[in-house]
Amino acid sequence: MRVIQFREALREAMNEEMRRDNDVFLMGEEVAEYNGAYKVSQGMLDEFGEKRIIDTPIAELGFAGIGVGAAMNGLRPIIEFMTFNFSLVAIDQVINAAAKMYQMSGGQFNIPMVFRGPTGSAGQLGAQHSQAFENWYANCPGLKVVVPSNPYDAKGLLKTAIRDNDPVIFMESEQMYGDKGEVPEEEYLIPIGKADIKREGTDVTIVSFGKIMKVALAAAEELAAENISVEVIDLRTVRPIDYDTVIESVKKTNRLIIVEEAWPLASISTEITYMVQKRAFDYLDAPITRITTADTPLGYAPTFVAEFLPSVPKVVKAVKDVLYK
Amino acid sequence: MATFTKEQYITWFEQMMLMRRFEEKSAQLYGQQKIKGFCHLYIGQEAVVAGTMSVINKEDKLITAYRDHAHALACGIPAREVMAELYGKATGCSKGKGGSMHMFSKEHNFFGGHGIVGGQIPLGAGIAFADMYRGGKQVTVCYMGDGAVRQGALHEAFNMAMIWKLPVIFICENNGYAMGTSVKRTTNVMDIWKLGLAYDMPSKEVDGMNCESVHEAIAEAVDRGRKGDGPTFLEIRTYRYRGHSMSDPAKYRTKEEVEEYKQQDPIEQVRKVILDNNYATQADLDAIEEKIGAVIQDSVEFSENSPWPDASELYTDVYMEPNYPFINE
Ligand SMILES: Cc1ncc(C[n+]2csc(CCOP(=O)(O)OP(=O)(O)O)c2C)c(N)n1
Ligand SMILES: [Mg+2]
Repeated sequence: MRVIQFREALREAMNEEMRRDNDVFLMGEEVAEYNGAYKVSQGMLDEFGEKRIIDTPIAELGFAGIGVGAAMNGLRPIIEFMTFNFSLVAIDQVINAAAKMYQMSGGQFNIPMVFRGPTGSAGQLGAQHSQAFENWYANCPGLKVVVPSNPYDAKGLLKTAIRDNDPVIFMESEQMYGDKGEVPEEEYLIPIGKADIKREGTDVTIVSFGKIMKVALAAAEELAAENISVEVIDLRTVRPIDYDTVIESVKKTNRLIIVEEAWPLASISTEITYMVQKRAFDYLDAPITRITTADTPLGYAPTFVAEFLPSVPKVVKAVKDVLYK
Repeated sequence: MATFTKEQYITWFEQMMLMRRFEEKSAQLYGQQKIKGFCHLYIGQEAVVAGTMSVINKEDKLITAYRDHAHALACGIPAREVMAELYGKATGCSKGKGGSMHMFSKEHNFFGGHGIVGGQIPLGAGIAFADMYRGGKQVTVCYMGDGAVRQGALHEAFNMAMIWKLPVIFICENNGYAMGTSVKRTTNVMDIWKLGLAYDMPSKEVDGMNCESVHEAIAEAVDRGRKGDGPTFLEIRTYRYRGHSMSDPAKYRTKEEVEEYKQQDPIEQVRKVILDNNYATQADLDAIEEKIGAVIQDSVEFSENSPWPDASELYTDVYMEPNYPFINE
């Protein structure tokens, strides 16, 4: 199969959907003439023109709201945040408008739109540029939250997100855009809300999503060399969460570790832990363990980055701990 | 014609030369990966800060965005501490926690470099509010880019600064571009200074390649602030010679345009006044440059020899409370 970059997979998804539906447009900072701050939208201005690939001023609150208004009036906007750190400037329109509109209007105004861009840390960028808000958005009813981990998933999920009739938060990573993976030429869609077992195993279940899947898979690989069989589940969507797939797996392995780039309090890990203890209490042979980021903002120095993030050694150790090895 | 004292021109020369050489060195160190992350250079814009510093006092306050190395140096933070911060070392002015975008020094009344575009605009108004509240005579100088004026925060802050007559000077450092986006692609109002007029804020345009014009405009604004007559908005027209950050090839502008601004280089303008008026000889200026070279060399050695903050420092300076119960499992 052909191999393409994560950013190319996203671009293909948008290109295909824009060819298919004239109501879809892309709006955000540097998306058009600059070809995207991270080159996701490269070439799209050339193909679709400035009516549909729209550069904005640095005015997130305004253009997020313009997206919601356009969606209320029948268009299907893709709003790009240069990073989700800057979505905080716009969060009122996401939470108070996009997420609420359908219910407030008694089912009259749905919001078929996507807010997308990179989330999470990306090296030594300091505290304001190193934040992961997956759980913040996932907390809010009315939104769907998708966090793909490889090019194949990114393309199939973004196409579905664009066709979805509800607002979807679609979160990528600067540290994934260059990742390569197999993506077929033929069209395909991936449903929102379905987890994917990326690696089958029998001893321990690891649940993760997004960029941190790389850590989970690398740890599983390392553990395989020590004859420890790890099942790795990629949630792919953190609202809704595919609890069934997780619980099925835990019933088989009896051990669960959740790995996530997020502050620990009220994280996705916390949520999954609740549901698993509720629905599979009798199957657990060890306490559920989570590996999140440190409970702090991420400062600039390199020493902080290693301490802050989930890492392969941290996951390997956690696996051995739940196996009492 | 020289309108300022000999000492003033020499000070401007020294100050701007320090900023320039410091950042040229930073660019080199970035290439060697000694400095990581985002790093935004101020080269070309030096007169904006230099022309401010010749007006304000040590008690006055400064706040800006992420393009903050020159502001930090001009406030008097030693080059060693600014460089160590770029390295992320524990001896940096933010203990290695901030990096390039987040220089801070309470001691030097530098209220920081801020990473969210426009976020510092209300903060600047708030700093001024506190001084007014305590009956002080200080003013706050709050810098922002031409891209930042498109944030709603500007409008809310401008309005309140006006109704409460806050002693704040808002400065838009209009360097023509917000990343790859030229000002004309973001507005129908090319005169950014006119945004202040909507709030009846005294506002005007200033030549930012020239220390003298910056100084004069700031002096008027500072006077207004100290007298309790409220804020001022200055659109200071300047130019950045380098890309937006280290990773920007700056294909959105022409070589000729960059050249045109280099012809008006603020440091060269000051050099000319000094030499034309025999305030100093070329040899004197060379000696100043040499001295600056030594300061920068020292700052690099200091940074190289300084330790990283210990990983455990991730948990300090998050709360003032000494035993805050961080979640650790
Ligand atoms: C709210 C927000 N949106 C987007 C960004 C990304 N960003 C960083 S700098 C920048 C351009 C700002 O340009 P300008 O205000 O003109 O300042 P300059 O870089 O020219 O000094 C952008 C879009 C950000 N940091 N914050
Ligand atoms: Mg600018």
